[in-house]
Amino acid sequence: MLKLEIRQGSKIFHAGKITLHALQDINLSIHENEFVTLVGASGCGKSTLLRIIGGLENFTAGDVSVNAAPVTGPGLDRAMVFQDYSVYPWLTVAENIRFCRELKAHQQDNSLRATYHAIGRAHALLELMGLDNVKNAYPNQLSGGMRQRVAIARALMPAPEILLMDEPFGALDAQTREVMHGLILHLFTQERSTIVFVTHDVEEAIYLANRVVVMAPQPGRIDSIYNVPLPPAGQRHLDMKLAPEFLSLKKEILQRIRATARVHTDAGLLDKLTKQHHHDNEEGRSL
Amino acid sequence: MPDTPHSAAPRRAPLWAVRGEMSRKTHVIFAVLGFCAVLVVWFGLAESGWFSKVFLPAPQDVAQRFYTWLAEDDLLKDVSISIYRVMGGFMLAVIVALPLGLMIGTFRPIQAFFEPVIEFARYLPAVAFVPLVMLWVGIDEGSKIAIIWIGTFFQMVLMISEDVRRVPKAQIEAAQTMGATREEVITKVILKSAMPSIMDSLRITMGWAWTYLVVAELVAANSGLGYAILKAQRFLQTDKIFVGILLIGLIGLVMDQLFRWVHRRRFPWLHA
Repeated sequence: MLKLEIRQGSKIFHAGKITLHALQDINLSIHENEFVTLVGASGCGKSTLLRIIGGLENFTAGDVSVNAAPVTGPGLDRAMVFQDYSVYPWLTVAENIRFCRELKAHQQDNSLRATYHAIGRAHALLELMGLDNVKNAYPNQLSGGMRQRVAIARALMPAPEILLMDEPFGALDAQTREVMHGLILHLFTQERSTIVFVTHDVEEAIYLANRVVVMAPQPGRIDSIYNVPLPPAGQRHLDMKLAPEFLSLKKEILQRIRATARVHTDAGLLDKLTKQHHHDNEEGRSL
Repeated sequence: MPDTPHSAAPRRAPLWAVRGEMSRKTHVIFAVLGFCAVLVVWFGLAESGWFSKVFLPAPQDVAQRFYTWLAEDDLLKDVSISIYRVMGGFMLAVIVALPLGLMIGTFRPIQAFFEPVIEFARYLPAVAFVPLVMLWVGIDEGSKIAIIWIGTFFQMVLMISEDVRRVPKAQIEAAQTMGATREEVITKVILKSAMPSIMDSLRITMGWAWTYLVVAELVAANSGLGYAILKAQRFLQTDKIFVGILLIGLIGLVMDQLFRWVHRRRFPWLHA
């Protein structure tokens, strides 16, 4: 079933006389229970695209729809996990996870049954994320990896249909990140939600996803889309990162990213500088 | 082989290490030593006989004056009226500055509307307002409170709005993606997140409120610590000036510690 659809999405920034095409003609369909990662060189607009899906920003032209209904702002069908600093330091781990229950938007149903259900879900999330023994600790007392677990659990609390993740493990060290990958794959199979995940780490993008969307800058656009030839999320393990098909896909994607990131600027400049250097040398010799 | 070099008593961290650690106890010892040093130098200079008592009273003279002021001249009344004025001016500044600073830090139009005016007003010297305040408010308690208000309010608004602006965007957006309304973002995220730094800003402006007290008590006062200092000057009671200044310093220090204590109690997550 089609979950999320982006049609002809463009976003243009005006900075003085300069017009910046942050995103141009984005078309993307994501199905239910699909794990899609967005990768690309910096400036390709992957985070902007995710924020637009989340309703935090808008396209200048084009539209996004979830379950065939147009997105006009943040909604309870989508939840978002940020890179860092989004967990509330004044609340304990458990209070952070229950935060949404404090909001009017989540208090439509205050029946005993709904409350009971919420308590149960909070407990289940604490357990699922391995936070049970630190549930009364404050975020400042936790490591970066633990804090991100809290952020993910908090986002999952209202049982969103789509989970949007903006480089959630970008600030973590390599080992913690691998642990988090295992966790997120487990969670994905358990929750059966749809995940859109932004990262600059190609290996992470392949290991987690069903499909990898490679984006390119200037203008920000979708360059290519790859299906990941790995077993379903529940059956993946770290050794698969060394499988030949994994490595060849990684190579292909890295090449695409390098090719698109370099476009004219670096190569052109380098060329010019080299020529200048030669020229100077020639002159030096003739003197 | 006898013992290895490591088996000796637990190694103490060197006291003079660059950015070294220090125990709470050692910290207190050094702080007390600092006060004692000032006292000893003061005592030495006063006893040396180089200065007339009019210029530099000895610590024991100041202590004596403190006692007579307390016993005979109703020191407590001066202290309490001064505290009342400072707290009055300060609290009135907080009541206006807190919501205004919150709004300035949250909404761009409000920032554009108020901030330039307040930036300008901040440079108007509070002292120069004394004649105006006397004209507008009169010479009763209101005028003293008004001077302290003028001296603290503008700085306070700007500091609070800056504290509010420093709330991480991700905290706000996380609430928005969870479906928080604008009011909920303000009350449940921005205010909660900025509160510790707002408390610090209030602690700092409280210090300024005390400096404006003396100015405020220039205005036809007949009581208060600032007034007592000014009157003592007229009678060359240098020891009384010393008592007044030291008391203001001491009260300020107590208030500061009180703020810190509330900070620790109120925001345990920062001190955990």
